[in-house]
Amino acid sequence: MKERLMSGNEAVAIGAIKAGCRFFAGYPITPSTDLAERMSKLLPEIGGAFIQMEDELGSIGAIIGASLAGSKAMTATSGPGFSLMQEGIGFASFSEIPIVVVDVQRVGPSTGIPTYPSQGDIMQARWGTHGSHPIIALYPSSVKESYDLIFTAFNFSEKYRVPVIFISDEVIGHMREKITVEDSHIVFERKKPEAPKEDYLPFDSRYEVPPLANFGEGYRFHITGLTHDDTGFPTSDPVKTERLMERLQRKILNHLDEIFLYETFLVEDADILIVSYGVVARSAKEAILELREKGVKVGLFRPITIWPSSEKIIADLALNRKVFVFEMNLGQYVLEVERIVKKKVEFYGKENGEIISPEEIESCILKSL
Amino acid sequence: MYTEISLDNLRVNKLPHIWCAGCGNGIVLSAILRAIERSKIDKEKIVFVSGIGCAGRSSGYVNFNTLHTLHGRPLAFATGIKLANPDLQVIVATGDGDLAAIGGNHFIHAAKRNIDLTVIVFNNFVYGMTGGQFSPTTPEDSFTTTTPYGHIEEPMNISYLAISAGATYVARETIGNPLMLEKYILNGLLHKGFSLIEAVSSCVTEYGRRNNLGDPAEYVKFFKDKSIPFSKVKSVESNDGIVVGEFVNIERPEFVSSYYELVKKVKK
Ligand SMILES: Cc1ncc(C[n+]2csc(CCOP(=O)(O)OP(=O)(O)O)c2C)c(N)n1
Ligand code: SF4
Repeated sequence: MKERLMSGNEAVAIGAIKAGCRFFAGYPITPSTDLAERMSKLLPEIGGAFIQMEDELGSIGAIIGASLAGSKAMTATSGPGFSLMQEGIGFASFSEIPIVVVDVQRVGPSTGIPTYPSQGDIMQARWGTHGSHPIIALYPSSVKESYDLIFTAFNFSEKYRVPVIFISDEVIGHMREKITVEDSHIVFERKKPEAPKEDYLPFDSRYEVPPLANFGEGYRFHITGLTHDDTGFPTSDPVKTERLMERLQRKILNHLDEIFLYETFLVEDADILIVSYGVVARSAKEAILELREKGVKVGLFRPITIWPSSEKIIADLALNRKVFVFEMNLGQYVLEVERIVKKKVEFYGKENGEIISPEEIESCILKSL
Repeated sequence: MYTEISLDNLRVNKLPHIWCAGCGNGIVLSAILRAIERSKIDKEKIVFVSGIGCAGRSSGYVNFNTLHTLHGRPLAFATGIKLANPDLQVIVATGDGDLAAIGGNHFIHAAKRNIDLTVIVFNNFVYGMTGGQFSPTTPEDSFTTTTPYGHIEEPMNISYLAISAGATYVARETIGNPLMLEKYILNGLLHKGFSLIEAVSSCVTEYGRRNNLGDPAEYVKFFKDKSIPFSKVKSVESNDGIVVGEFVNIERPEFVSSYYELVKKVKK
């Protein structure tokens, strides 16, 4: 255990390498650029590969290729770059290639405000690409958590053969905090096939998550972004298509117990439940302490796993409580909360580059009493 | 000399292929397979990457590690594979639209890096898979589904672009001379650096039909008649026909080797 002062982006870079990341491809965009810069320094020192690609379409392609060649691979970007990566993210989720995509959010739409924070990519993280596809998205709210959670991101991506979106925001990415760096993290390695080479099926539907061979290990297999059967070759058979789609959903949704991470703060006796995540959850905690001094019983639910949601956990927490959602966009995660709790939810959102402050949260709740 | 295609390198159970009868893609693919055979490369180390289009479907028929990527992105995926594992021999099969239109940026930059990939572009002057729209290489005045009044743009010269971008091996040949095509692909496979082999091919269904290039045999003869040896004109371009030959074969630092040289220096 070492104490160190670092930024959120730095913590992600250092954590990623400890989690086994050996390949980074990216294209500079504020506020994610310093993450790429850090990787360009660290990776050569340990024999890993860094490449600055010509654009984000290239970056996502390169990390998918690197992952197939056997490296744990990551890219980092922000809003507009994240949009450009969506086709590749769709490819990786459909052909089940483990990758980690870091999105340090900035104000949008379009090029927005590069240096100010927002939480405007929440829905893009879930539905940015086309088709019904699985995804996992994680969102830390501190530097320390950025460090710890990037291990989880790599582990989930390898374990479930799924792209993991690691969402952060300009504040978390650039804020410096003193953290203790622990070396006790578990690092999950990709499951390799044991079947004889001739019998290997890269999409063997008898498994929930079929083992994945690396290119060059003697398994001659095919990967495509077209709808494929167990062998990996294209098919348009509705039965095989459905089997694939169903397995892709199941391999994630059957494991919500492990995948759905969250934090609660002073919820036991709360009459009011605040839902917020990332940097806003920090303001919410402040507000809750202030409100409690004034005798208002408020608690916080902070999803760390933004996608997928555990309906049960969220519904239970919302039961018999008034629910408020605070987020730095004009209404994204609130849609998910409303879908699940099926009752009126109070929403406060803004996307102007300013953080939602504890005072705003406090006054919003006081006004509603 | 004639090289047999080893059936072991073909996914016989995936045949017949989806290509139209008389399509030139089969001639290009067999030249690739014969070149691979002659190269004596370890087959387990071959990763055959393709993009989207008729040409892109070739990865499904060859028995290596194969990756059918997104439209325009095969070079990006290939770059990741090669840099992550330099022991792999990465071959890219792509179409003129795939490589030079949607994938143009990756093309320029992969050539600029001189990354060790062997790229075979099946240049049929048209978008075959989507039904015959014009591509960057469509000749002026010709007819496609999106140039019903004749094409007004000048065609792009893929080999010329590769050379200017920094490719260290560049050659062009038509399906009218498959043995030369095979030889150039072989040279590309053995060359260390970015190799581009422009295989001028036919699309009987979408391009030939609209531009009166005749039946498949006449189409091949058209290419033969149109071919001008590079040695004669000393230019990759000619108004009189299709210049064929080996245009560039030089050495220049290769990206992946340079990167790992750097790693050796800074590794702790
Ligand atoms: C992002 C994207 N845009 C468009 C398409 C549709 N599309 C598929 S193949 C193709 C053109 C293929 O032409 P070319 O690369 O010349 O190959 P050919 O079919 O002639 O071999 C297009 C536009 C796509 N698959 N993806
Ligand atoms: S459409 Fe053209 S390129 Fe495609 S298979 Fe048919 S002939 Fe070949």
